[in-house]
Amino acid sequence: MKKLLSIVLAVLVTASLFAGCGQQQQQQSQQQQQQQEQPKKIETSVKIGLATDEGGKGDKSFNDAAIAGLDKIASEYTVEPVILESKQNDQYEPNLKNLASANDLVFAVGFKMQDALTKVAKAYPDKKFAIIDSVVELPNVESICFKEEEGSFLMGVIAAKTSQTGKIGFVGGSDMPLIQKFEAGFIAGVKSVNPEAAKDLENRKNVKYANSFSDINKGYELAKSLYNSGCDVIYHAAGGVGLGVFNAAKEMKKWAIGVDSDQALTVPDAKDVILCSMLKRVDVGTYSASKDTIENKFQGGKTLILGLKEDGVGVSPTVNPAVQQSTLDLANKYKEAIVNGTIVVPSTLDDVKKFQPVEIK
Amino acid sequence: MNNTGLPIIVALLASTLRLATPLIFAALGGLFSEKSGVVNIGLEGMLTIGAFFAVYGSFKTNNPWIGIIFAVISGAAIAAVHAFLSIHLKADQTISGVAINIFAAAITSYLLMVLFNRQGQTDGVTPLYYPKEAMQSIPVIGKFLGELNWYVFIAIALVIVTNYIFYKTPLGLRIRAVGEHPKAADTLGIGVYGIRYLCVILSGALAGLGGASLSLSNTNLFREGMVSGKGFIAIAAMIFGNYKPFGALWACLIFALADAFQIVAQGLGWPFPTEFYSAIPFIITMIVLSGFVGKTVPPAADGIPYEKGEK
Repeated sequence: MKKLLSIVLAVLVTASLFAGCGQQQQQQSQQQQQQQEQPKKIETSVKIGLATDEGGKGDKSFNDAAIAGLDKIASEYTVEPVILESKQNDQYEPNLKNLASANDLVFAVGFKMQDALTKVAKAYPDKKFAIIDSVVELPNVESICFKEEEGSFLMGVIAAKTSQTGKIGFVGGSDMPLIQKFEAGFIAGVKSVNPEAAKDLENRKNVKYANSFSDINKGYELAKSLYNSGCDVIYHAAGGVGLGVFNAAKEMKKWAIGVDSDQALTVPDAKDVILCSMLKRVDVGTYSASKDTIENKFQGGKTLILGLKEDGVGVSPTVNPAVQQSTLDLANKYKEAIVNGTIVVPSTLDDVKKFQPVEIK
Repeated sequence: MNNTGLPIIVALLASTLRLATPLIFAALGGLFSEKSGVVNIGLEGMLTIGAFFAVYGSFKTNNPWIGIIFAVISGAAIAAVHAFLSIHLKADQTISGVAINIFAAAITSYLLMVLFNRQGQTDGVTPLYYPKEAMQSIPVIGKFLGELNWYVFIAIALVIVTNYIFYKTPLGLRIRAVGEHPKAADTLGIGVYGIRYLCVILSGALAGLGGASLSLSNTNLFREGMVSGKGFIAIAAMIFGNYKPFGALWACLIFALADAFQIVAQGLGWPFPTEFYSAIPFIITMIVLSGFVGKTVPPAADGIPYEKGEK
């Protein structure tokens, strides 16, 4: 028994060591690169830390975008951001505490960290915190939210214009208000261009949820099922599950729309089937909150809501040639209408049912 | 962009088989190990390792078959650790299995950094080619066959082979003897340790193959967390199938059918919350478990380390 314990412990310790040095190596190499590229930086004593959710670094999406914002800060100021990955939700609190004890500003990336951040922010009232995708009403926390529905609306316009079968699908990670914002905005966009195609989205016949953000094979099966029922464009808001959607699209020669980052670049072998992606500029959020803190303009207790107007969401730079220029022009017109308030994009499924589409030619 | 709409029943059956395949491999792996008397709850970790190395092999050589060999070898290697711990060191097999599950998640995450210089997921690699068009040209069942992949055939063939080994060969008799009554087997001159090592390593090889069927079939990359509990479902299926290859096959198919059904059911527009659909596989499992499966009997010496010469 003793022998076993020692071996099991040895295995665990070695494993955790491995995970540890991986991060350090990368951080070091990143820092080295940045130092080589940007010799002159503005001096600051502010220290910044960031805790990812389970997606972790390298999700090529949400968390990576958050880190990209800090990389940009690190290229302009003498800041060396510390990044901790949370593999499970019971690591949120210890990670945030660790970061808070050594840094001035701590980012919690993801709505799942709301409870953990609330506790830690109360425990460290003299430190500054920022949370992405959720609202924590404390004087030392800045909340950064996005109008995903506005970006998704444009995806809906593009999907409806590009679809030839007039059937459009949606794959979500888990069925909850945040993902429903994507769904609602997308449906509203489709409805504005092709009300007929929106019907099966509204009654959820062409909407499927994976109940996971990492099960690729589930995403593949969900997408196959949708494509089989005649859909030729699928928009996913499902993290890693979306990779399976791309695989199904490749196999069946259909279209998919990416989310959060420019997925035609981040998942290059699927670029032929990705029409475009809904960019969520988490980097804009982490960058501006970091800059505010460094310049002593931190907006504690406030909620920053980044929409199309603030460039917090938008259409990815990479757009598949299959999307016609007229479609993009139309999407731009809708964008203007949203920015100047002519169209108010619904953010809940109830509001979609009440949404009166405005047709723009 | 032509429409390749399939009859819903064909799509459902094909989806069932695809979803069942990794479960079948892992369940067969579990069977080998348990039949010889070693509990293996490390299947989840072995699937993870297999899934990772399958992608790595294909990434390095551009040949998915090499990827599969990588998966099998890496699965066997990690299983050898489990074998050493539980056979030689007489460790608690449950703890060793748990350690393997945790270790697999950590080591793949680390190797992702070292070998791919990436975190979270790998790039896409060459997947296993399946002649979809040729299969579709087969009359009557072509459309159905076109929706499958090679792993489905390999998995079903292996069920038959495993059944044959267990019940029709001297080796199978020895495996069962070692699992039921190792002392009796030992007195008859059967090498208990040798058989157990062989079975546990085979179990890892099969689970590794199962991992390849997850990451290198209809998908072509590895992502952390992609196994998402399939190893545990396979263990459930193995017990559910009363520690018999065909029993395990049916159990895997039932689990997979329930999963495939909930995917289709989401599109029927019923006024249920999506949580209900996610619960369907578990509801069906409970119904089947409570009504249709009799008492399951594990091998008598399952989980008990064998001590030579002990009275």
